Amino acid sequence: MMSGSSVPPGLILMLGALLVPVCRGYLRSAVILGLPLIAMWAVWAVPDGVSLTLPFLSYELQVVKADALSRLFGTIFTLMVFGGGLFALGQKSDLELAAAFGYSGGAVGVAMAGDLVTVFVFWEIMAVASTLVIWSNRTAESYKASLRYLQVHLAGGVILMVGVIAHVTETGSIAFQAMQTDSLGTWMILIGFLINAGAPPLSAWLPDAYPEASFSGTVFLSAFTTKTAVYVLLRGFPGNEVLLFVGVYMIFYGIIYALLENDMRRILAYSIVNQVGFMITGIGIGTELALNGAAAHAFAHIIYKALLLMSAGSVMMMTGKRKCTDLGGLFQSMPLTTICGTIGALAISAFPLTSGFISKSMINSAAGHEHLAIVWFCLTAGSAGVFLHAGIKFPWFVFFQKDSGMRPPEPPMNMRLAMILFSAICIGLGVYPEPLYAILPFPVDYAPYTASHVVNMLQLLLFAGLAFFVLLPMMKRTLTISLDFDWFYRVALPAVVRFLLRTFGPIDQAVRGMTIRGVRGVIVWIFRHHGPEGALAATLPAGSMVLWVIAVLGAFLVLYFL
Amino acid sequence: MSQQQKHWLVRPENIRLLWRVFIGILVIVALGDFLIHPHPYFGIDGTFGFNSWYGFGTCVAMVVFSKGLGLFLKRKDTYYDER
Repeated sequence: MMSGSSVPPGLILMLGALLVPVCRGYLRSAVILGLPLIAMWAVWAVPDGVSLTLPFLSYELQVVKADALSRLFGTIFTLMVFGGGLFALGQKSDLELAAAFGYSGGAVGVAMAGDLVTVFVFWEIMAVASTLVIWSNRTAESYKASLRYLQVHLAGGVILMVGVIAHVTETGSIAFQAMQTDSLGTWMILIGFLINAGAPPLSAWLPDAYPEASFSGTVFLSAFTTKTAVYVLLRGFPGNEVLLFVGVYMIFYGIIYALLENDMRRILAYSIVNQVGFMITGIGIGTELALNGAAAHAFAHIIYKALLLMSAGSVMMMTGKRKCTDLGGLFQSMPLTTICGTIGALAISAFPLTSGFISKSMINSAAGHEHLAIVWFCLTAGSAGVFLHAGIKFPWFVFFQKDSGMRPPEPPMNMRLAMILFSAICIGLGVYPEPLYAILPFPVDYAPYTASHVVNMLQLLLFAGLAFFVLLPMMKRTLTISLDFDWFYRVALPAVVRFLLRTFGPIDQAVRGMTIRGVRGVIVWIFRHHGPEGALAATLPAGSMVLWVIAVLGAFLVLYFL
Repeated sequence: MSQQQKHWLVRPENIRLLWRVFIGILVIVALGDFLIHPHPYFGIDGTFGFNSWYGFGTCVAMVVFSKGLGLFLKRKDTYYDER
């Protein structure tokens, strides 16, 4: 029996996804823009605690459970679908939009899930739906990338499932709450979560797959999978020391690879890993300030990263190009896209008066308060590096640098509105962070705008900018990609399989051929002696007659005694 | 295209001006350390000009490191298409 009073907010988006393909014209736009708002309302209508349960085997699933943390992520996920939907109104592919809605419904489902089984179910829905978002771009590259993406996430899902089963077997509880990595089960849950966060060594799935989606598909993809992983890590493993190492590694991995990258959307994809690294480091620090910072940074990041990818998607739609070597000088004919992209770039760099500043500085301050010296110096260097690889590199090479000669017009009105909306949120939260601080999981006692904070951040960022322009000759873009861990499963593993087939194939064939010939020889020999014509077979009828006589007599004896 | 037809932002004299303005801002911001009361966590982060040289230095290090790594990891962007 189902019990409870609430409609699962994620379900509104998932079922609503089915409406997208059957609606046309204004009705379609109304569905795309209306559903996220209804879902957001539903997120806030859910009372604290468990409000929907379902029986499953001998357990009771807590399908909808709310507290401040789940409401925060439910809010940002639904806000993201609204902005992404506005941006994607012109997207012809119903499949992409329906998949994106199902995908976001899965993310909201995870954010409102009270037990590990429910988390897992929505987790897998997200994996399939996000694969469809990539796949719906309908290019040969996107098809192949979507399959590689799916394999990584299904593997991650299996690891998570094994972890959940082991954990439930050991503790007898399916409740999703803070865990310690003290058993195989919890370790596997952690690894399953981290794979979706883009953690090493498998980080390459993200820059490999996300940029292959359509102009609007990548905007949706940037928001949900990694930030859902941040959410489950926030709830499941706060203060886990492993996350400090993972987070710091991701920060620099993202910067280094983005510096080498030529494709504008891959630059932004690497910077997702970089930004999630800041959040995971915050979760690893584990104090209330750090966890608040990680949660706030996830919220701010979803907005400015979507904004950056919207500006990149607009450029790609209007020019058909995505490589920095082909782009440049677009500010002349796309001023609005340039301004919005630059606002996103400033926000990701945590410039004062943008949303990144009021969220990331919480994580930095938490590292300082805890006297985690190495972490603090890495976070500070990482902050400078963000400005380098995303804050300047992206707008510089796409909108400025050498004139490509292209004069594309601005994108359609709905795309411009979506960029203006998200730019306004980036600056609005930077100027007036109180509404965001008010919905963070812990009470906030933090003042981002102190004189020393602002001056130090400006020094760090502007001198990072100086480094960029001084080193500009070294930053010259080339028609290259950089090998990553995916090389192992895209090149090395197939090569090993081919080598094995080539080397052992003939041996295998010879051995099997010999065995088959041997077995056939034995069969022929048996047939010759025991077959209908065989000499030994001739005794068989008499033998079987004796057997049946014994059986009948035996049965008679038994019946007689009864 | 004559200099006058070019967008004002790409004219050489304006780029020189932008550099001067940028360097002026850098100097002002670096001198900002005189105006604030530092709240160091570790000591060195409260010393004069720390954030300025640390931001510049770590960025140079990251660019140089990525360049070095690129020597080993860079491939033509058709690398995966060819296999």
